[in-house]
Amino acid sequence: VHSFIDQFWPSTVDGLALGSIYALVALGYTMVYGVLRLINFAHSEIFMIGTMAVIGALNVIGVPSLYSGFSLIGVALLLTVVGGVASGASAVLLELVAYRPLRRRGASRLAALISAIGASIFLQQLFARLVIPKAFHLPKEKGALPVDKHFVQRTNVVSIGDFIVSNDKLILFLGAILMMVALDQFVNRTRLGRGIRATAQDPETAVLMGVNIDRIVIATFAIGGAMAGVAAALYMVRFEETSYNVGFLLGIKAFTAAVLGGIGNLRGALVGGITLGLVEMYGSSIFGSQWQHVVAFSVLILVLMFRPTGILGESLQQARA
Amino acid sequence: MTAGDGPSRTGFLSAVPARAWSRAERLNPALRWPAAGLFTVTETSGAIGDGFRDWWGRQPGGMRWLVYLLLILVALVLPSDSIGSFMSPDSDWATLLFFPIGGYILLAIGLNVVVGQAGLLDLGYVAFFAIGGYTMAVLGTKAGLDFWEILFLGVMVSALSGILLGAPTLRLRGDYLAIVTLGFGEIVRITAQNTNAIGGPNGIAGIPHPPNLTDWAVPDGFPFSSLGLSGIQPFQYGALDAHPYYYVMLLVIIVAIIFVKRLEYSRVGRAWASIREDEDAAELMGVPTFKFKLAAFAIGAAIGGAVGVVYAAQAVSLTPANFPFILSATILAAVVLGGSGNLPGVMLGAFLVAWIPERIRFLAEYRILIFGGVLVVLMIFRPEGLLPSRQRKAELAEGTGGMGALGAEVGGSSMDAARMAQ
Repeated sequence: VHSFIDQFWPSTVDGLALGSIYALVALGYTMVYGVLRLINFAHSEIFMIGTMAVIGALNVIGVPSLYSGFSLIGVALLLTVVGGVASGASAVLLELVAYRPLRRRGASRLAALISAIGASIFLQQLFARLVIPKAFHLPKEKGALPVDKHFVQRTNVVSIGDFIVSNDKLILFLGAILMMVALDQFVNRTRLGRGIRATAQDPETAVLMGVNIDRIVIATFAIGGAMAGVAAALYMVRFEETSYNVGFLLGIKAFTAAVLGGIGNLRGALVGGITLGLVEMYGSSIFGSQWQHVVAFSVLILVLMFRPTGILGESLQQARA
Repeated sequence: MTAGDGPSRTGFLSAVPARAWSRAERLNPALRWPAAGLFTVTETSGAIGDGFRDWWGRQPGGMRWLVYLLLILVALVLPSDSIGSFMSPDSDWATLLFFPIGGYILLAIGLNVVVGQAGLLDLGYVAFFAIGGYTMAVLGTKAGLDFWEILFLGVMVSALSGILLGAPTLRLRGDYLAIVTLGFGEIVRITAQNTNAIGGPNGIAGIPHPPNLTDWAVPDGFPFSSLGLSGIQPFQYGALDAHPYYYVMLLVIIVAIIFVKRLEYSRVGRAWASIREDEDAAELMGVPTFKFKLAAFAIGAAIGGAVGVVYAAQAVSLTPANFPFILSATILAAVVLGGSGNLPGVMLGAFLVAWIPERIRFLAEYRILIFGGVLVVLMIFRPEGLLPSRQRKAELAEGTGGMGALGAEVGGSSMDAARMAQ
């Protein structure tokens, strides 16, 4: 407990930073789940593709000297666009190839889950065996190793006693909040957002009211994927390293965050992500970092025992409430 | 079960090309021909399944026993070299038959109780496999008990762990349960990794083999020598020969099949089916759903634990890395691929999932990649599984079996019910 008090501010800052990434990735899970009732297991690979696109973009623009200050903000902006486009596009492709044919045939949700798991395995291996070695000119057997690219000059922006926030964490946190607000406004105020909410609430009625479900599903995947891509860019600003299986644990955690907040609920993803990030960091300051994941899953089980539909409950459909 | 709704008793294959083509015709022209080929394969497997089921339904008890006997006989001579040279040219066939093939089949039988029969989505099934394995490892190295005693204890311990996990969490519905079980699987693995008393990340080595029963060996001469089975000592549990372990696995599989099949036709099985189809309706009709869900969890866990014990007895050493999440996913894939809820289908699925990556070992680093792709393609072309249960097939034909964009769902009706209850 001593270490908890000593580490309180650093863990809080780290927890918020980690939680922001969880929250952004959780959005993709929660949106797809809200509309299709499907656990999109391959979403973690969408995130991974985003990180790879970011490394590719960094290789193209080059790193003459480490970025900091406004140039870092500029680079981060560019990277979020690149990551968002790459991830959004691959999420749409995923829906067209792996999910749409199953929906057409009225397959069970379990079959869709297996298709998702298959797609996840396929994408991971595709990157480990083919894409990473080819794109980054590595020997073939190196594809499974982490790839890194240093481009951030870390400086402390805020420093009040123990409460120290470095520039990368600040960008991460602000970026996540900005995206969440934008998405919330989009879903609540635009025509397409209304379509998404209507479909989540009652697909049959939505169709009768003239909503084009296929378009809504595509939009859902595109937006969810883009959020994962933004998360990937921010993740790279913070950690500067990725690998073919970077999405695996992060995906599971983000899905946990979505469930923790109340799956299908956009604000729940934010609440769940931040909660999970803080819980993990506090937990590892108390029990040691090797217990970080155990703490996270234990808290999930405890929360669900008392609130079986998550902290905020499930309601993409009632997002206005 | 009577000879039923199949198209006809003879020539059940004749309708296959027409049906495959009519499905393929609906697709994009560029995809039509390859799709027609794939549909032919999937439709054929379905038609053979149906044809066999119709035939099976008409057989008297004696004939059925004959078939059972024949199947066991086939299973006994299965690990012979002559079959192995075709089935697995790149690795030892008997070892492969023990694990992953035998192990996956038994795991799939256990998971099918939970997923296929009771309709509970379990994404952390590997946890029970791990608990069984570690029970064998700890008791075998520290307490000096022998394999058969530990097999019993391991089954008990893992059933108990199933109850411990289920008791607080089985009130959750649908996908909430899925993520909780996934979390449980990770908790078990990471805890094993962090606990030095059971070896931490290095695991436990020196797990004893089962005690030898007799030194009887398969005699020379016909038919054993031509099968390449002669000279094998099936009751001598050494370090090299995997045959004896395969026979232990086979024994456990047969016991598990009998047990699970008897349950399916009992009050318990009917209760599970009712919970799977509509939990609220089941509850209203007086089925104590929580109790039966817990029973499904415990039985599934017990079978998973048994696999762990048998596996550890052969493997000599265990590490937490033997129990990754992807194994849970693979077993779930086996269950769904084969035909969730239908025992022969589930076993076929497990066999394929274990065998395909081994058979295509010559593709070296691309085999897992292809495996992932095959999963997607098979689900697109045969979402109900290769040998689906009749009920599942009927649901799909009605178009009410899925997560369709129109949200009509049967498998996930619990979520709908939960929404309606609000």
